[in-house]
Amino acid sequence: MRGAVIGAVSLALYAASAAWALAGETVQVKISDLAFSPVEVTARVGDTIQWVNGDFVDHTATAKDGEWDVMIAAGKQAEQQLSRAGTINYYCRFHPGMTGKITVLAE
Amino acid sequence: MRFSRTSNLAAAFLLATLTATAVAAGKPSDAQIAHIAYTAGDLDVKAAKVALEKSKNPDVRAFADNMVKDHTAVNDKALALVKKLGVTPEDNDTSKGLVKQEGEKQAELAKLSGPSFDKAYVDNEVAYHKTVIAALEKTLIPSAENAELKSLLQTGVKIFKGHEEHAETIASGLK
Repeated sequence: MRGAVIGAVSLALYAASAAWALAGETVQVKISDLAFSPVEVTARVGDTIQWVNGDFVDHTATAKDGEWDVMIAAGKQAEQQLSRAGTINYYCRFHPGMTGKITVLAE
Repeated sequence: MRFSRTSNLAAAFLLATLTATAVAAGKPSDAQIAHIAYTAGDLDVKAAKVALEKSKNPDVRAFADNMVKDHTAVNDKALALVKKLGVTPEDNDTSKGLVKQEGEKQAELAKLSGPSFDKAYVDNEVAYHKTVIAALEKTLIPSAENAELKSLLQTGVKIFKGHEEHAETIASGLK
């Protein structure tokens, strides 16, 4: 009985933390005149980065370690959820001089 | 290596043509600048379309695909701007020089295929973008009278620098 209660509580806590992670915040990065702004952002695991492309040409946000490659069409926005802690350096494949950095903190 | 040297030489001639013509003719007008910028973009789109027909290298194809998209986007902006300003792009010796030089380069590329085409195309893209960027920075942008045209050319330079870096990255991976 006691074990079941502890089990239920820990399950509830686990569910709550999972929900919190899923409902992570959105951090916006704007793209204007061939630059990411802000260049560096800090977020937590479970947060989502949203790139808003104000330029009239397509861009990508491509992790240098190859973990993800997000296409951001001209005048559109695109998102990527962060799944692990660490530092992610990214760039635009089409215009490699465009670079950005995300510091991802543990939950 | 041979292509790279040829491209640099071609680029040097092209730059000399671009700047010398502009200087000889005095400061280019906005109508002429619009024509030169549009022509430069249009030539690169045409070169990219040839590359998409000939190349099987995925990196080269992705680059060429992006050249078509980006230069078409810039030229669409340029056309919308000249329409809004009521300016009719005016053909000139600089535009004609660009067409002639790139025509000769494209005739050389047409004879190649496979990896030798890929290398020559990408090397020429590095050289061509360098030339166009230099012409924009040294002559076209300082000469542009209209603020919106100047601003579009400045954005163009940033985009073209991205292309040059992209082409250099690919070139370093080609043999």
